Amino acid sequence: MSLARDIITIAAVSAGAFFFLAGTVGLLRFPDTLTRLHALTKADNLGLGLVVLGLLPQAGSLRDGLKLVSIWLLVLLAGATVSQLIARTARQGETAK
Amino acid sequence: MNIATIFEIVLAAVVLGLGIWTIAVRETYSATVGFVAYGLLVALIWVRLDAVDVALTEAAIGGGLGGVLLLGAAARLRDGERTVAETPGMVTRVSAVALSALTTAALAGAIVFLPDPAPTLAPTVVGHAWATSLANPVTNVLMAFRAMDTMLEKVVLLLSIIGVWSLAPDNAWGGHPGPRHRADPDGILVFLARLLPPIGIVVGIYIFWTGANHPGGAFQGGAILASMWVLAIMAGLTDTPPVARRWLRFVLVAGPGLFLLVGLGGLWFGTAFLAYPPALAKPLILGIEVAMILTIAATLGLLLAGAPERSVK
Amino acid sequence: MSGPTVFGLCAAVAVGLGLYGLITNPHPLRKIIAFNLLGSGVFLLFGVLGRRGAAASVGNDPVPQALVITGVVVAFSATALAIALLLRLFQKTGSTTLSSGAPPNVSSDPSGG
Repeated sequence: MSLARDIITIAAVSAGAFFFLAGTVGLLRFPDTLTRLHALTKADNLGLGLVVLGLLPQAGSLRDGLKLVSIWLLVLLAGATVSQLIARTARQGETAK
Repeated sequence: MNIATIFEIVLAAVVLGLGIWTIAVRETYSATVGFVAYGLLVALIWVRLDAVDVALTEAAIGGGLGGVLLLGAAARLRDGERTVAETPGMVTRVSAVALSALTTAALAGAIVFLPDPAPTLAPTVVGHAWATSLANPVTNVLMAFRAMDTMLEKVVLLLSIIGVWSLAPDNAWGGHPGPRHRADPDGILVFLARLLPPIGIVVGIYIFWTGANHPGGAFQGGAILASMWVLAIMAGLTDTPPVARRWLRFVLVAGPGLFLLVGLGGLWFGTAFLAYPPALAKPLILGIEVAMILTIAATLGLLLAGAPERSVK
Repeated sequence: MSGPTVFGLCAAVAVGLGLYGLITNPHPLRKIIAFNLLGSGVFLLFGVLGRRGAAASVGNDPVPQALVITGVVVAFSATALAIALLLRLFQKTGSTTLSSGAPPNVSSDPSGG
């Protein structure tokens, strides 16, 4: 039983790490702000979500699992807000030129 | 050389790489962003060192609030003159490199040649936990065994806020700190500032309350409360209070004041300054911490707001 | 090469970097950032010493931890005061130079302070 749990954890966390890698490569290689923000949202939503999913079998109790999920939701909220603010500023900077 | 050590070496290398980039990059704004990222990774190092209380403090105050402070300053100074003319000459650079290398070598040598077994006060602290009946040893040290340090630290916070307020220009004396922020009332920042503070206040109070027996405490909780207040100010939902308001000054003094009162009580009714009778230790400590968290939240928020700029009209 | 030793060497290099940045960067805000870098290196050294003193089922000696928590808060308040001074200097003279040779640009401060 604990072997199955460990396999799920390793698989999900590795998948999450892959999305983080993809997001970082996108941040470094994409040409402008809007596309880079798009790459970062992949790291935030999918990457962190898969990591949290992988850690849920290792959490000791339901309360710890809920705490992990709430961390993911708060990061989503913060990431979405900041992405919108940055994108709006970038768009205003473009139209001003 | 197991996998944990490899992870630690990689983490240390990334942290040092960020540090070098922060010092060497041309733009000041980029250096500020690099420092915020550095602060968050250092919090990871603290977790690896098994010091979760310090990791929370470093992430909240060092990386979070410090980052907001530096980013705000970098944004305001962006239009300033470039100080390129004062770039130091080769002699200064070489001697600075020599001094830094010497300091690093001395510290590295001290680290490598530390005595083994290491001297430690952990058994003494854990052995005296009966005096306060709190389970978190760091809270015990902060609030009971070295309570004098914590009280004087509150006084330092008070002195720094007095220093910041004394920088107000004459016509703004006693006025509102910082500029009046305005944001689109239907925009996303106002939405976040309405949604997040209730959650943040609960999280902040929880981290403060659980600091008695688990990692946490008044400083970490107070930093989270302060950041919720700053978010509401930045979204324009509320304005900074005028610094001449009596209730504001009372809140700022409440923390160190209650601490001092309890300390004097220990002197008059007990054995020494800041001595708690073991039966009353837990309620006294929690009472002081409640006053402390309010003071810390108000002080950190006001330090972020800056010197008064607008007069009360 | 154990974990705490790795972080101890990292902290020593951070102290050196901060010291170098503090001396050579002419911009005051960069000096403040370098000073914070220096401070965080010193705190990490405390943490390494505490980790080596792990005993009695506590992972890290609580006394250095308490000292570092106090230090982080005091460093933040010092940084806030330094930045308030810097912003006031910028408001009064219009530039962030620390050299005493530049004449103060009195007309750039409209608040009369």
